[in-house]
Amino acid sequence: MQLVLEKRAERSATIAIASPLIAIALTLVTMAVLFAILGKNPITALGVYFIDPLTDPYSLGEIAVKATPLVMIAVGLSLCYIANIWNIGAEGQFLIGAVCGSWLAVRTNGTEAGYWVLPGMLCLGALGGALYAMIPAICKVRFGANEILTSLMLVYIAYYIMDYLVRGPWRDPHGLNFPTTAPFDPVATVPILIEGSRLHAGTLAALLVVMLVAVMLGRTIMGFEIRLAGAAPRAARFSGFNSDNLVLFTFAVSGALAGLAGIIEVAGPIGYLQPDISPGYGFTAIIVAFLGRLNPLGILIAGLFLALTFIGGENAEIAIKVPLDLTKVFQGILLFYVLACDSLIVYRIRLIGASSKAVAANV
Amino acid sequence: MHDISVPNVSSGKEPLLRALGITKRYGTFLANDSIDLDLYPAEIHALLGENGAGKSTLVKIMYGLIQPSAGELRWMGQRIVLAGPSEARSLGIGMVFQHFSLFENLTVAENVALGLPPTESFAAISGRLEETARVYGLPLDPKRLVWQLSVGEKQRIEIVRALMQNPKLLILDEPTAVLTPQEADQLFVVLNRLREEGRILLYISHKLDEVKRLCDTATILRGGKKVATCNPRQETAASLARMMVGAEIGQVKMASVGAPTVPRLVIRQLSLEPDNLHGTHLEDVSLEVRGGEIVGIAGVAGNGQDELFAALSGERQAPSDGAVVIDGEAAGLRGVTERRRMGAAFVPEERLGHGTAPRMKLSENALLTGHAASGMVNRGFVDKPATLAAVDRTTKSFDVRKAKRDPEAVSLSGGNLQKFIVGREILREPGVLVVSQPTWGVDAGAAATIRQALIDLAGRGTAVLVISQDLDELAEIADRIAVMFHGRLSAPLGAADATREMLGLLMGGASIERGAGTQEVGDAVGT
Repeated sequence: MQLVLEKRAERSATIAIASPLIAIALTLVTMAVLFAILGKNPITALGVYFIDPLTDPYSLGEIAVKATPLVMIAVGLSLCYIANIWNIGAEGQFLIGAVCGSWLAVRTNGTEAGYWVLPGMLCLGALGGALYAMIPAICKVRFGANEILTSLMLVYIAYYIMDYLVRGPWRDPHGLNFPTTAPFDPVATVPILIEGSRLHAGTLAALLVVMLVAVMLGRTIMGFEIRLAGAAPRAARFSGFNSDNLVLFTFAVSGALAGLAGIIEVAGPIGYLQPDISPGYGFTAIIVAFLGRLNPLGILIAGLFLALTFIGGENAEIAIKVPLDLTKVFQGILLFYVLACDSLIVYRIRLIGASSKAVAANV
Repeated sequence: MHDISVPNVSSGKEPLLRALGITKRYGTFLANDSIDLDLYPAEIHALLGENGAGKSTLVKIMYGLIQPSAGELRWMGQRIVLAGPSEARSLGIGMVFQHFSLFENLTVAENVALGLPPTESFAAISGRLEETARVYGLPLDPKRLVWQLSVGEKQRIEIVRALMQNPKLLILDEPTAVLTPQEADQLFVVLNRLREEGRILLYISHKLDEVKRLCDTATILRGGKKVATCNPRQETAASLARMMVGAEIGQVKMASVGAPTVPRLVIRQLSLEPDNLHGTHLEDVSLEVRGGEIVGIAGVAGNGQDELFAALSGERQAPSDGAVVIDGEAAGLRGVTERRRMGAAFVPEERLGHGTAPRMKLSENALLTGHAASGMVNRGFVDKPATLAAVDRTTKSFDVRKAKRDPEAVSLSGGNLQKFIVGREILREPGVLVVSQPTWGVDAGAAATIRQALIDLAGRGTAVLVISQDLDELAEIADRIAVMFHGRLSAPLGAADATREMLGLLMGGASIERGAGTQEVGDAVGT
């Protein structure tokens, strides 16, 4: 007897929808085993992770706050991934967006500058993210450099640029030598939606982005070009679309959205620039994009789910004394299962007897 | 009809391989429906049928690649179950596939060694290879790199590789599809010799003349069933075709065309470096296609046809704007979309992945070429009803059969998808149409529809350029035929001069008598 993967005649639409759910179920089982090994009661631990945050209004708001950057970045990344273009550097674009937007906040800090500051910061954030994303895009188009490597490596450069600024030129003189900028002025801060929570207007922006990208992908010729490039690159060239332009476009859009998410995060829930503004949003967004099937609405749901793991992880650290890094383990396992389950869309698993084993080996 | 089994000449002998009631089911689809087949030693047995008739499935079962759902194989009277090709080979069954499985960057001998069990030293294999090649008159240099070889030579590797296993039964899948008529003749000599040695050759083809010339017995499949076993020499090409298709095939009617008018597509001294290691260098290609005529480009695959198509469609740019002229406008440096807007349309050879995105719906595939100039895009937004309407129009005009209104391209059969792709371009009423292998792997009915549509389009004043390896097709529809060889294009021959003999010589690289095509040469270069 032997397990084989057999190619399906057609893609299975059922599995395409079920795959993320199967992946989540498998992840929960794996996590339960992991908790058991750590000596915790798996049921209690999973309850702390996934149920408790949903029962508390403050935690619900926090989930939306965490989901905001994840969704915004992941929607941009999905455009790249649909077109088979691999921007892995959203984390760097997020940081550079935060830096560029913060520049205006730092420059106008304590001045009489009016309400144009926040819009200016958002524009600078998006522009910074987009320009930073153009580095790997241009390297790919001009020199054929692998965008996976270049975009990833630029993340670390971005981090140290930001680190240098907050420890050096932009450090708050009254900040007791902590590596942060001065707190942003009210005109440089994203407004809060509900008093008493941290829920801010950026969440609405993320929802708007989801809708705009959904329309673009489904209804416009640009969306068609992106989908065609991923589905059949040669047909895309025959269609008259230029693959270089597509690389530049998708990198620019995903970079802009990551940069926008970065400045919203800094000007919103955080309120000043400091070295650890991101718990890896740019990387987690990759998981969100795939878990959401590279579909804007799916990404919205997946973003909320991954945000839940962040909040649950913080809860669990306090409630059952497990390390916060367990959240990253959890997210890694989830991505692993999502990608594994995706192969079931095109393949089926079959148990075959010994007599036909040789066939499988030979074909 | 012909459902009688003709007693074989060697009826006294036992069949070497018997297939009894072979059935292969894919879901509800019957690829093979209880097929019986007897193969006797020392015969060339043709397996005839249209695409999708079940020929490939049957031979793959005989070669152990596929397991039958029902039925059995008997080898010298003994029931056998072939678990895989290696078991088939050890019995003495060999196969030469239509698509070669060769590593381009390795030598001939290395390729052969890779396919053999690792019991023999490389030097011994090289020696045996040379010996086999010499004995059968299939010259091959074991040390040459495969990518440097012609298609005919690559096929020789496959044949020699199969012969080195000393097969009693050799299955050949459309071996002449890639050969010039002269190369095919050389192959027939080898095949006849193999028959004299007592081997069986199971010969898959749809070229009826060849089968009549070469084969002793023919088994005809249609829709997964065996319809007849006959002696092809006693049949006419028409009667064989009737058995294959199950109906008369309509003859293509020439449209009543006036004389060709002005040149609408002009290629002027086009030279182009290949864009990959194994591509062909286009050298000084010149041609002129006038409105109202169909010009054919013949040639063995891999002689620059792909490069020429890419340069004409705009997927690759010509070195100068004037190298390609569409309706009087220089287009050599323009992109695909711009050329479409100038009134040109293109049908590439590959249906799936080049002409269409396999996993996208037909309406999206209509948009694939229609976005340029067919009013399907409004301020960046796709006009979905317009794309669906285009699908409906194509479906109606070209009888595209499909399960629902707007299925994925990949779900259509080859013939129906090809009708869709050709129809998609023809319904735009282009001024220039460049089409590559318009009926490659398409059933006879769809092929007739497509050829007729090309003729009718030319009749309405379009300049049609057909790149095809099928000489019969070109003879049927083309007004003039030029031949590509090693990236160069011969002067076009008028239909009367373009005999198979002449075309075959040109396809093999014979240089052209300047005199034969002077008129056309003058036309092509003179403008």
